[in-house]
Amino acid sequence: MNLSDVKNIIDCQVIFGEDRLDREIHTACGSDMMSDVLAFVKDQSILLTGLVNPQVIRTADMMDMVCIVFVRGKQPDEAMIQLAQERDIVLMSTSHRMFTACGLLWENGLRGGN
Amino acid sequence: MDNILKLKYDVDGDDFTRAGEASASVKKTLKKMGVPADIIRKAAIALYEGEINMVIHADGGEIEVDISSNKIIMILKDKGKGIENIELAMQEGYSTAPDEVRSLGFGAGMGLPNMKKYSDEMRIESTLNIGTTVYMTVCIS
Ligand SMILES: Nc1ncnc2c1ncn2[C@@H]1O[C@H](COP(=O)(O)OP(=O)(O)OP(=O)(O)O)[C@@H](O)[C@H]1O
Ligand SMILES: [Mg+2]
Repeated sequence: MNLSDVKNIIDCQVIFGEDRLDREIHTACGSDMMSDVLAFVKDQSILLTGLVNPQVIRTADMMDMVCIVFVRGKQPDEAMIQLAQERDIVLMSTSHRMFTACGLLWENGLRGGN
Repeated sequence: MDNILKLKYDVDGDDFTRAGEASASVKKTLKKMGVPADIIRKAAIALYEGEINMVIHADGGEIEVDISSNKIIMILKDKGKGIENIELAMQEGYSTAPDEVRSLGFGAGMGLPNMKKYSDEMRIESTLNIGTTVYMTVCIS
């Protein structure tokens, strides 16, 4: 699926990167612990998280992820948006909680990688 | 003789939001040099974990990165409190990070094991109350 599908499936508001939603993604990762995200690198291309601070963007950048989805309607601040722009990472926000957001994406065929 | 590119960074121990800038800069440089993406990712993650450690456990420090055609050498030096038991610190899940760090998404005790996993060679020298130096090498090709 691509980011546009993700947007529709979990009803996202796009914060940055509206013009980049055609990016294909194959696997996802959901976590509030950046240490865990960094430990299980397997080419996940999208990160779902309830954590909101600049290290979320930096972590996604280190892992070459193309999109971050903030769950429970959380919103990044200006500094984070700018960081994401510099690193070309799409930012979206969904009002779903983590479990539901991940479940919906799974149901639609997105997987966590091995 | 092999051409070596030397990069140096000061890591500010007081600014958690900026922790990771050195790693991002190294990543960018490696990309420009045409290093393979999987090698870049290994080096970037290992360095980022080390950089975060310098900020949350050691009040900042210095990073030196030497890039040659066949390897990337990363040296992270701090004057922090040091690591009492390196073997213990290397275990997955061992962390002395306070709750405040955990609420920022770190402190799972995965950093040092990750650094070992993603680098091809790693060595830690640490003296209590003097500081810690971490040496990591990532081979290219
Ligand atoms: N540069 C350092 N100076 C002093 N102590 C350190 C340093 N690096 C690591 N440590 C010690 O080693 C422990 C384990 O480090 P490690 O990076 O594995 O986990 P963490 O930083 O606590 O959590 P995580 O890396 O998952 O966010 C730390 O909790 C800390 O006690
Ligand atoms: Mg750490």
